[in-house]
Parts: sequence; structure tokens; C-alpha cells
Amino acid sequence: MQIYLPIAEVSVNAFLLLGLGGIVGLLSGMFGVGGGFLLTPLLFFTGIPPAVAVATGANQIVASSFSGLLAHLKRKTVDMRMGCVLLAGGLVGSAAGVQVFAYLRTLGQVDLLVTLFYVVFLGIIGALMFVESLNALLKTRSGKLPKRKKHNWVHNLPFKMKFRTSGLYISVIPPLLVGLLVGVLAAIMGVGGGFIMVPAMIYLLGMPTKVVVGTSLFQIIFVSGATTLMHATTNYSVDMLLALVLIVGGVIGAQIGTRIAVYLRGEQLRILLALLVLAVCIKLALDLLLEPSELYSIAPVREG
Amino acid sequence: MRWLLLILMLLAPAARADESVVAGMSQNRVSITANFDGSEILIFGAVKRFQPIPDEVAPLEVVITVAGPSVPVTVWRKERVAGIWVNTDAVEVDRAPSFYAVATSGPFYEVMSNVEDLRHKVSLTRAIRSVGAPATVADASQFTAALMRIRERSDLYQLHEGTVEVREETLFRTSVGLPANLHEGNYTTRIFLTRGGTVVDAFETVIYVQKVGLERWLYVLAQEQALIYGLLSIALAIAAGWLASAVFRYLRS
Repeated sequence: MQIYLPIAEVSVNAFLLLGLGGIVGLLSGMFGVGGGFLLTPLLFFTGIPPAVAVATGANQIVASSFSGLLAHLKRKTVDMRMGCVLLAGGLVGSAAGVQVFAYLRTLGQVDLLVTLFYVVFLGIIGALMFVESLNALLKTRSGKLPKRKKHNWVHNLPFKMKFRTSGLYISVIPPLLVGLLVGVLAAIMGVGGGFIMVPAMIYLLGMPTKVVVGTSLFQIIFVSGATTLMHATTNYSVDMLLALVLIVGGVIGAQIGTRIAVYLRGEQLRILLALLVLAVCIKLALDLLLEPSELYSIAPVREG
Repeated sequence: MRWLLLILMLLAPAARADESVVAGMSQNRVSITANFDGSEILIFGAVKRFQPIPDEVAPLEVVITVAGPSVPVTVWRKERVAGIWVNTDAVEVDRAPSFYAVATSGPFYEVMSNVEDLRHKVSLTRAIRSVGAPATVADASQFTAALMRIRERSDLYQLHEGTVEVREETLFRTSVGLPANLHEGNYTTRIFLTRGGTVVDAFETVIYVQKVGLERWLYVLAQEQALIYGLLSIALAIAAGWLASAVFRYLRS
């Protein structure tokens, strides 16, 4: 069944879009990542213009994250206090990120820069997570319990705050900085930023994995909501019909994903996410390194 | 009497050009609905003439073009810089129809001479205009060729030689397939009658392609009430998320 998208002005198979939404929703529920880093490239392949894909992707992330968040709220695995601190940093960061993006746009080559950002960040995070979770997995296999509460420089900063759900008593400066960084990257890369936030929360802040996912979803809703609104008002590139189809697939996927996550252990969850992040990174890197079959591309002339 | 004969003789060749097109289409309005899946348009017509067809003239041929609205585009070319493929050169094409189909009753350059093609801008190469090539790009024609190649691949540019059926030098018909990824606008349809490569008569009409219903409403709202549209999109997403969660909770209990 083909559907014609009013803003994208292309006709796409509805079941293909439902499937894409479903896969991304599944990831969202399982790992607490918005899935934007996967959805956006997948939408390119179906022939949807990049500007529409980025903007509509953000809209879809709002829905799947909200659905996932409700499931986590019910299981009380959301650290609201931590979420608000992260969000405060995130909103400042995304406002700054939009300015950076606008500046890069005047220089041209913004597409290339975004891809390079993806490759570098996905590569670093994927590799770190993979190694760390593999180690943790091997340690638990051999029967030794990993040391959880490590004291590092993060715990020696002022303005300490109690985060009861996470079982932490740390300074607010690291979470604010993490939120800020994620906000900047989210605006530049056009994603929710969960794939950066989740590892940062685990390794930098030392939050328990179970709480990380729900808290990350909480922050992502607001960041991607703001992104959607900005794209809708400046570029007119949010396709509501496309979003609706992706959402229907996505919310179902997210619900299934949260159920699966309950049965998997933290290390297993992390190793799966690491492999996924690395796979996307390699794909994007190959696109840059290998000679494309079509050297030419068509873009609409930007006014102004 | 002799003068009259001379006038008649002078008029005789002009009678050959005294042929005109009467044309029709199966539809002159294409509505893009949510399940729009492309459209086939039948273009047909007849040749109106008052004199019988002279014996020694070249056979009547028909050329039909359908052109979508023209929008300027930028064509980028990638080059390897420090190991990675980067967009380096760009050529702006001032006028490139978003859709262009040519249907003829025979091989293109047999039914229409180069001069006539140049005058009426019939073939695809003539329909595309590019003057904005910067001095740094030496091979600007490569860029327009690439534009044609990419759009031909997605069926947006079509050349169908010999698909116009001509009967008894009087009736003709063809069908043009509009693809699913169509843009809104007025699609100019031209019909040329030719003899020996020279245009005898031309006829022009318009096919209106428009979004309707939900498609139209969403498009207009997104353009004119962007903030409301954006808020509506988010509200829709939140509602869908909540609904799914509620449905799953209900299913589990």
C-alpha cells in the first residue's frame, strides 16, 4: 500500500514505514536511545528528502520516548531529579547548538560535518562500551562481582545533591555539563542524543543501568520536542503524515522493547547497544571512504 | 484568368500548412490524495484540414511533451579529498522541469529537425537551461547530464520514441504515465504536428496537479500556521505515545 506524503512530496510504501518505526521503537524501549541515529539514515534510503527525514524523525522520537517513559515511570526507574538537572543543561546546549549549526551552514559542507560527527562519536562510544561491557560480562561469568561505587574526580566537586532513585550523592556540575554537551550535539546531529547520554550516565556519573534508560527517555522527550518545533517553524519540514505512520509502528515497538529489557541483564543490554552503534558507525564511514556509484547529487537551491 | 491561376498555384504550397490540431485528454486535473500512486493520462486528438492530403509531402508525425513546474536546482559533484568523498563542485541549473516526458511517433530527430527543436525547446537537453556554471567548473555539461541521468532513473524524465499512434494521418493517441512522486503545479502539455521535421502546427494545454483533502490541509497548515502545525505534531506524538502505553497496559491485565 503506497501513501503520498504531503510535505515530503513522495509516495512510499506504508508497511515499509511501519516496519522502520517498529524497529526504531524497539531500540528505544530496550536501550533508552531515541533511535534517531538509525531512523534518519534509514529514511534517506526510502527516498525521503534529508531535511524532512531529520525533522520528522525528531517528531517520531517524541512519541516513542513518551510511550517508553510511561512504562519506566510505572516501574519507578526514572530519576526525575537527575532528569531535570540534565534537561536544564540540555536546553541551554541545544540553543547554543542551533547557533553553531546556523554558522556552519553559512560555511557550506554541513552534511559532511554531520556525517563526520556521527562517525567519530559513534565510533568512540561504541568501542568504549563494547570493551567495558565485555569485561563486565566476563567478570560476572567468572563469579567475581564488579566494584560498583568507584570514587573518581566526579565525586570531589562542590554543589552536591542527593539523587535518591540513582542512589547517588554527587555534585550537580557533571550532570549539567553532560546535558549541555548532549544538547549541543543533538542540535547539530539532529538526534535525541540518547546514544551519548546513556554511556555518559553510566560511566561518568556512575548511575545504575536500570535507571539510566528511563531518565534518558525523560530528557529526550523535551529535547526532540524542541527540535520538532524549531524545524516546523523555520524549515516547514515536519511531515505529520509520515510521523503518524512511524509513530504507530514506533509505539508498538517501544512497548515490546521495554518488556524485552526486563529480561536482559545490564551488561547484555550494553553489549547489544555497543554492537549496534558500531555497525552504524562503520556503515557511515564506508560511505565516506568508498567511491560512490553516483558522484553527482541534486539539491534544491536555498533561498537567501 | 491567367492571374487567377497563378494565385491558386502560389496558394497551393500554403495549403500543406493548413492543418491544425484538435486535442483532448482523459483528464486535465490530477488530484493527489493520501493513496496517490501515479496516474496515467491519455492524450488524443485529430488533425483538422480543409484540403485533401497532398501526395508528395512527407508523412505526418506527432510530438507530445508534458512538463512539470520548473525549479532551480544545484547539482553537486563529489571528489576525493584527504581520503574521503566530499561535495566539491556545484553548478546551478536555472531551469529544470520537475517532470518531463516526450512521446513521439518516430525516432526523435527524424520527426523533428534540430532547428525546430531549438526554437520550441522540445527535447530534454533543450528544456533544461543552465547558465550559472562558475568559472572553476570546466565541464558544466557533465552536471546537466548527471541531472538528466538521475531523474531518468526515477522516471521523472521520460523519452518514449514511437509511442504516439498515428492513424490515417488524422487521428493520434498516446498515454503518459505520471509517477507517484509528483510535485504540485501546472503541467504544460504541448502537441506538435510535423512534416519532414518541420512543425506544421502546435497546441498547448495545461494539466493541473493538486493535493486534495487531508494532503492539502496539512500542506497549507504547515506553510501558513507553522507554529500551530508544530505544536499539533508534538501533541499528536504525545497522545499516540500515551495511547499505546494505555492499550498495552490494558492488554496485559
